Amino acid sequence: MTSIKKASVNSKKAFLNYALVIVFYVVFQTLVSTKHITNSLKGQLIPITCYMIMAISLNLVVGISGELSLGHAGFMSIGAFTSVIVTSALTGLPGIAKLVVGIIVATVIAAIAGFLIGIPVLRLNGDYLAIVTLAFGEIIRNIITNLYVGIDGKGVHFSFLSPDGLGMEATGKIVVNGPQGALGYTKLATFTAAVVLLFIVLIVVQNLVNSRTGRAIMAIRDNRIAAESMGISPMKYKMLAFTVSAAMAGAAGAVYALNYSMIDPKKFDFNTSILILVFVVLGGIGNLTGSIIAAGVLVVLPELLRKFGDYRMLTYAVVLIFVMLVTNNEKLKGRIDTFFKKLRMKISKGGRKK
Amino acid sequence: MKKKLLSLLMAGSLVMAMTACGGTAEAGGNSGSAAAGNGQLTGTLKLGVIGPLTGGAAIYGNAVVNGTSIAVDEINAISSDFQIELNAQDDEHDPEKSVNAYHQLQDWNVQAIAGTVTTKPCLAVSAEANSDRVFMLTPSASATTVTEGKDNVFQLCFADPNQGSASAQYIADKKLATKVAIIYNNGDAYSTGIYQTFKAKAEELGLSIVSETTFTDETTDFSVQVGDAQKNGADLVFLPIYYTPASLILQQASSIGYAPKFFGVDGMDGILTIEGFDTSLAEGVMLLTPFSADASDDLTKNFVTKFNEKYGEVPSQFAADGYDCAYAIYSALQFYAAKNGGLDVTGMTAEELCDILISVFTDASFSADGVTGLGMRWDKNGQVNKEPKAVVIQNGVYVGM
Amino acid sequence: MLTHLINGISLGSIYAIIALGYTMVYGIAKMLNFAHGDVIMVGSYASFCFMMYKNVPVPLALLLSIVICTVLGITIERLAYKPLRSATSLAVLITAIGMSYFLQNLALIIWKADPKWYPDIFKDTAAIEIGGAVVKPVAIVSILVNLLIMITLTLFTNRTRMGKAMRAVSEDKGAATLMGINVNSTISITFAIGSGLAAIAGFLLCTTYSRLEPTTGSMPGIKAFTAAVFGGIGSIPGAMIGGILLGIIEILARAYLSSELADAIVFGVLIIVLLFKPNGLLGKKIREKV
Repeated sequence: MTSIKKASVNSKKAFLNYALVIVFYVVFQTLVSTKHITNSLKGQLIPITCYMIMAISLNLVVGISGELSLGHAGFMSIGAFTSVIVTSALTGLPGIAKLVVGIIVATVIAAIAGFLIGIPVLRLNGDYLAIVTLAFGEIIRNIITNLYVGIDGKGVHFSFLSPDGLGMEATGKIVVNGPQGALGYTKLATFTAAVVLLFIVLIVVQNLVNSRTGRAIMAIRDNRIAAESMGISPMKYKMLAFTVSAAMAGAAGAVYALNYSMIDPKKFDFNTSILILVFVVLGGIGNLTGSIIAAGVLVVLPELLRKFGDYRMLTYAVVLIFVMLVTNNEKLKGRIDTFFKKLRMKISKGGRKK
Repeated sequence: MKKKLLSLLMAGSLVMAMTACGGTAEAGGNSGSAAAGNGQLTGTLKLGVIGPLTGGAAIYGNAVVNGTSIAVDEINAISSDFQIELNAQDDEHDPEKSVNAYHQLQDWNVQAIAGTVTTKPCLAVSAEANSDRVFMLTPSASATTVTEGKDNVFQLCFADPNQGSASAQYIADKKLATKVAIIYNNGDAYSTGIYQTFKAKAEELGLSIVSETTFTDETTDFSVQVGDAQKNGADLVFLPIYYTPASLILQQASSIGYAPKFFGVDGMDGILTIEGFDTSLAEGVMLLTPFSADASDDLTKNFVTKFNEKYGEVPSQFAADGYDCAYAIYSALQFYAAKNGGLDVTGMTAEELCDILISVFTDASFSADGVTGLGMRWDKNGQVNKEPKAVVIQNGVYVGM
Repeated sequence: MLTHLINGISLGSIYAIIALGYTMVYGIAKMLNFAHGDVIMVGSYASFCFMMYKNVPVPLALLLSIVICTVLGITIERLAYKPLRSATSLAVLITAIGMSYFLQNLALIIWKADPKWYPDIFKDTAAIEIGGAVVKPVAIVSILVNLLIMITLTLFTNRTRMGKAMRAVSEDKGAATLMGINVNSTISITFAIGSGLAAIAGFLLCTTYSRLEPTTGSMPGIKAFTAAVFGGIGSIPGAMIGGILLGIIEILARAYLSSELADAIVFGVLIIVLLFKPNGLLGKKIREKV
C-alpha cells in the first residue's frame, strides 16, 4: 500500500519536472522569437541548460547513489572535446545531423570513461572515493591539456605531448591544440537542442529512480550491508548510476562546447566540478527540481552582480556559507522558521485587519 | 594653457597628417553640430572594452582599461563635437564569461569594441562579433588565430609570428649567440606562437637551438627547464613568455650560478615592476618591445605622466596598447569623415560602423601613430605593421640598443 | 639524481607540513578543511607584508604570521564549522569550499592579482653541496623544519594532557566528553595548531618558489590533501610519509618522465595506492558494523 502511494507521489514530482522544463523552454523561446530578451540572457540560455543537465547528472551520483564525486567536470570535458573532434571530422552532413552525431558519440565516450574510472573509484568509500574522483578529474584535464588532434584529407590524427607527432598533410587543420584548447570549429548548438537533451536526461533519470534498479541503488545508499544481504550487488548498481551520470555529463559537455567556437581545457577544472556540486547541494541533495532551479539561478546570478566587480565572488562565497549554515544548523534553522512563522502570522493578521 | 597645449600636441602628432586634424583642433570653438560635408567627425561613439578586470589576469585587463580611458579623456577634451562613451566589462579571462560580457555590451548598444584583452576569450568573442558584424580592435590578443578568417577583427599588438622572427633576426644580426635555449609556456597561444616562428627563423639563420623546454601557467618550479638549458651549454636563453614566470627563471638561473644572456619579447615588459623583485637579477636582460615607458618622445612622455598622475604607476605594455586602440579607432573615424565629407556616429548601428572601420583599416593610405609605434598600418588579415624596439635592462632601467 | 631526490624531499616536507593540518583536523573533526590551502596563502601574505612594508626582521615576521594564521584558523572554525558539527559531511565540505572562495577573493581585493615576489632570505647563503649534489639552502631548511615539527607533534600528542585529549576526541567523541574532555576547545586547538603550521609551510613554500599570489595555496593545498589521504588520513606519521613520497614522485616525474604530465602521474600513483590500500598507507581499517 505504502509503496503504491510513494510511486504516485514520485510520478507527480516527475510530472512537475517535465512541466518545469517545458515552461522554461516555452517562455524563453517566446521571448527570443519576439525579441523581448536581452542579449546577455539570450546568450546564456544554452550554457544554463548545460549546467542544469550537469546538476541532474551529478545529483544521480551524489543524491541517488550517495557517492561524493569531485571530478564531474572531467566527464564534461571528455564530452566537449569528443564532440568538437567528431563534428569537425564529419564533413558534408547538415548541421543538425552533425550535432546529433556529436552528442551521441560524446555520450558514448564519456560513458566508457565513466565505466573505466568507476572500476577503481567505486571500490572505495566515503572521503577516499571523493579524493579519487578529484584525482581523476585532474588527470583527465592534464591529459586533454596535452592532447593534439588534427584533421586532414586522410582522416583524424592524434598526438600526445606535442603537435609534431600529428604527421598531417600540409592542408590539415589542427582541431585540438594541446593547452590552447580547441578552436575554429563551427558553432552548432541551439537552445531547442539543449532543451530536448535536458528533457531526455530528465526522462532517463526519473525513470531510473522510479524503477526497480533505482530502488536498488537507493537501498545500497541507505544501507549497503542490508542491501547486499538482500542479494543486491552494490558494485553493479553503483556502476550503473556512475556510468549513466558520466554519459549525461558528456552530453552536456558536447552541447556546451558546440555553443562556442573555442573551448579551453582549463575550463573543466576542480572549480567547475565544485560549482556543479554547489548547484546540487543548494538545490537539495536528491532533489531534481532543486538541481534544475539552483543551476539556473546560480548561473545567472553572477551576471546580474556584474557591477560589483571584485566583490561579486566574495558575496557569492558569503552567501554560500550563510545558506549552508542556515539550512544545516538546527538552532539557526529553528530560529529562522519561527521568524517566518511570525512574519506569516503578522501578514495574515494585517490582511484580516484590512 | 596646459590643456590647450596638450590638445594641440594630440592633434598634431597623433592624428595622421592626411585627416583634417588641424581643423579638428580648431573645431573646438565651433558650435555643437558641425555641418556634414565639411569633413567633420561628430556624435557620440559607444566604445566597449572586454578584459579580465577581476581574477588572476586582472592586471592586464585593468591596464588596458586605464590606458584606454586616458585616451578617451584626451579625445573628449579635444572637441565637444565628438565624444566617446566607454564601457568596460569583466571576463575573468574565461571564454564563457567573455561571451557574456560581449552580450552585455550589445545590450548597451555598443558600436565598436577595443578588445578583448586576452587571447582565449578573444577567440570566443571574435567569432560572435564576426557573425554579428561588430568591429573589434584587440589591444593585446596576439595569436594569428584571433584575426584569421575574420575580416572585422584587427590587432593593435604584433601578431606572434612577427615577434618570433624579428627576435631571431635580431639575435642573428647582432651575433648575440650561437647556441640558443628556449623556454616557453605551451599553455599559452602567445608563447607557443612566438616559439614556433622563432624556431623556424632561427634555423633558417643558422642559430643552433640546443634546448627546448616548456611549462604551463601552474608551474612554479623551473629547475628542470633552466637545468636543461645549462646542461646543453646554451649561451642565450630566449624567453617568449610573460614577466612573472620570467622572473622565476632568472632567479633559478642565478641560484645555480648560470649566467647566459636572456632575450625576451614584449611580455617581458613589466619585470621591473614586480613588487619585491630583486631587479639586479634582470640586469642585462634584452627584450624586443614596441613600447617602453622610458622613451623620450613627447607622445610617450605625455602618456606616462598622465597615467602616473591618474593611477600612480608606470603604464605597462597593455596600458599603452589600450591607449593606442582608442586613438586608432578615433583616427580611423576621422580619416573616413575627411574623405567622405563628414561623419556623425550617433545612433549608427554597430554593423554600419563595422563596414566603415574595416574599409579604413584596410585602406593602404591609412596609418596611425601611437605610443607603441609610429605609422602603424594594417593588412587585409588584420595584422599590424610596426617596428619593434630592442632595449636592454641596465641599472634597473631600459636602455635602447 | 641526488639533487632531484633532495629537492623532492624538500618539496615533500612542505607538503607534509600542510598535510598535517588536513590530517589532524580530519582525525578530530572528521571534516575535509578545504580552506586550509588558503590559510597558507594568508599566512604568506602576512609574513610578506611584515617583511616588505614594516621591515620586521624575518623570525619575528614568521612568528607574527603564525599568530595571525592561528587566530584565523580558530575564527574560521568557530564561525563556519562549529555550527555544523552535527550536519552531514557534504554540508561541511561545501561550507569549507565557500570559506576557501571567501579567503581567495578577499586576498584578491586586498593584495590584487599580480604576483608578489617573496623575498629570498637565503639570498646571501651559498648553495649547499652534498655528495656532489647542489641544493638550495631553503631545501635543507625545509627538511629540518619538517623533522622538528614531526618530533614535536609526536611528543605533544603522546606525552601532554592536551595531546592525549586530542587523541581521545579523535577515537571517540562521546566517550571523550564523558571523561570530562572539552571537545569544542580540543577541536579549536587542533585548528590552531594546523593553521600555525600552515603559516610555516607558506613561508617555506614562498621562499622556495619566490612567487606569491591569491591562488598560491590552492594547488599545494590539493596536493597536500592528496598526501594526507595517501598516507592514511587521520594519521600524523602517515601525513609525513605521504607528503615526502608525493614530493619525491612529483620532482622525479617532472625531471625524468614529463614535466607536462607530472600532476597526472602524482594523482595516478595516489589512485593505485588507494586501490591496494583503500585506507592509505598507514590508515586504520574501519570495520563496518551491521
